Amino acid sequence: MLKGIFIVFLFQLFGEFVQKFFLLTLPGPVLGLIFLLITLLLFKKQKYFSHIFDSKLMIVSENLISYLPLLFVPIGVGVVMHLSFLRESIFPLLIIIFFSTLLTILVTALIMGNLAKKK
Amino acid sequence: MNSQEKLYEIWVYLQSEPLFWLTLTLGAYIIGDYIYKKSNLFPLFNPVAISILIVSSILIFFNISYERYFSGAQFIHFLLGPVTVALAIPIYKKWSIVTSYLIPIIISVLIGCSFAILSTYCFSVFIITDEKILLSILPRNVTAPIAMGISELIGGIPSVTAIITIITGIIGAAFGSFILDIFKITNMSARGFSLGLASHGIGTARAMSKNDTAGVFAAVAMGLSGITTSLLMPIFITILF
Repeated sequence: MLKGIFIVFLFQLFGEFVQKFFLLTLPGPVLGLIFLLITLLLFKKQKYFSHIFDSKLMIVSENLISYLPLLFVPIGVGVVMHLSFLRESIFPLLIIIFFSTLLTILVTALIMGNLAKKK
Repeated sequence: MNSQEKLYEIWVYLQSEPLFWLTLTLGAYIIGDYIYKKSNLFPLFNPVAISILIVSSILIFFNISYERYFSGAQFIHFLLGPVTVALAIPIYKKWSIVTSYLIPIIISVLIGCSFAILSTYCFSVFIITDEKILLSILPRNVTAPIAMGISELIGGIPSVTAIITIITGIIGAAFGSFILDIFKITNMSARGFSLGLASHGIGTARAMSKNDTAGVFAAVAMGLSGITTSLLMPIFITILF
């Protein structure tokens, strides 16, 4: 568990460092995600690494991800600071989100459906 | 000192400590999750939405500032970074699917993410006059921690992004299957992939509850769209603004 947490923190730290150092427009944690994914794929066949990654990291990440929705609550409560803004623009926003989201789902499903079928 | 004064003093002490706000957040989430499960995972009873409603109502009712609440709840908020890194694991576990559908996935994720950004921009550019708000809603199709990270980097307001992102997830999960049925899209990989791409974790949870294949593709799409949108957003910002 502890090693798993350490690996996740370490990759985030590295991601944040790279983001600040190269002034990238990618969020630090996303860079951490990419670095971790590359590391996992590179060391897949190495016994020692794959043991740590497979057991320790899996437990930590599965636990973290299962509580993902909870982690949005503190920032979501920030809604109380934007009540007057939301009162005047929530309806247009809902309409924008509604149509844009459903169109995105449709377009993506049509492309994926057609390309996956040809395989 | 009478007992009322004593209670007041304890309250003053407690609300200056993180423990009270952490307990409140966890409690609200447990209630939200309970209602969601009791409603047979009905998307409009989203646990995040319910817990936000509970905590916000309490803050407004007792006239407590958001800063005070957040000074305690930030310890939960902190985990958003690590959980983003941890999203590498589900992509890694499903890597064989990614490689066997490599070309369809790359094309769909590129077009899907571009479409999400551009359609949001086109629909809102004439309605939303505040540029900060417009920037805040552009990354709304990806999972909240990544969307907020992007929002911060492009000059949006992360807390507005969080709300918009959650609403996007709820709308996608609630009405996504419906629109796919109307257009008779039955391919489970396409159904799952589009839900994960357009409505992140909330859509993915929905896809997982309906079909295993759809769930796997939704999880892959959620992770990859987070990375892709992070990469595409600066390009679109340069072109559009």
